[in-house]
Amino acid sequence: MDALKKELKESIIEQLNLEDFTVEDIADDDTLFGDGLGLDSIDALELIVMLDKDYGIKLTDPNEGKAVFVSVEVLATYISKHRTK
Amino acid sequence: MKKQLKTIAYCRINNNTISINGKSIITKDKDLSFSDFAKQIYKEKQLAYPKFFKMDNLCKLAFLTSEFLFEAAKLDSEIIKHTGIVLSNRASSLDTDRKHQDTINDKDNYFPSPAVFVYTLANIMIGEISIRHQIKGENAFFVSEKFNETLIEHYASSLIINRKSSHILCGWVDVDNNNYDAFMYLVAEKGSYNYSKEIIKNIYTQN
Repeated sequence: MDALKKELKESIIEQLNLEDFTVEDIADDDTLFGDGLGLDSIDALELIVMLDKDYGIKLTDPNEGKAVFVSVEVLATYISKHRTK
Repeated sequence: MKKQLKTIAYCRINNNTISINGKSIITKDKDLSFSDFAKQIYKEKQLAYPKFFKMDNLCKLAFLTSEFLFEAAKLDSEIIKHTGIVLSNRASSLDTDRKHQDTINDKDNYFPSPAVFVYTLANIMIGEISIRHQIKGENAFFVSEKFNETLIEHYASSLIINRKSSHILCGWVDVDNNNYDAFMYLVAEKGSYNYSKEIIKNIYTQN
């Protein structure tokens, strides 16, 4: 699980162009949207594409996305349960 | 009705050099890619605007040019908020359009990036400048083969004469693969330099 969380942090930084962040700057329970990393709606769409592309998970329910993208911790738990690749 | 207008300040960014009012203020290694050049300038100016890194190269170029221009113009923030924007270029958003195309070419690996897709319109650069400076003035964007100073002059003059905006940010911002060129100038009733399409053409071609 720790490896997956590290991988997710690296992907988030790279794919969302968070130039001022390093893996160490993102705590497992940091809020991804709002006051945490400050991600926006386009970032949310980018994360949905990342789940599909990297882990074979298709999110179609917006409410499910809201619950999954709370933090790296929550996201990693969800991926480990639902991944198809 | 013809009104004698002035240019307050002008900025050119090309060949990894930034010039304000005809004077070169920053020059970087010619071998730097535009992305690296833009990143260096952002860091050195300590712009503290993380959204910059999400922009495509066209918006980064427009953003940086407007930063230097507004800094040189020293306008009141209330005037900036009502500034009109009239920009133009040759390649539209082709540089980003190609990147988007790359993500959808393969049906078996079809993952269009929303973050890339949102920049597949050239006038998004006007939006980025407007968000940064809270500008709510009129705006227009034109695509033409070459910088058309006559068209820009007509449009900018019309906005000022019809009291849509007292100040107009005008110019040319073009990015296509490794080639880029930005030239912006601020036009108003009062300013340091005489303004006409001929003068602007001379400045553009000589710098």
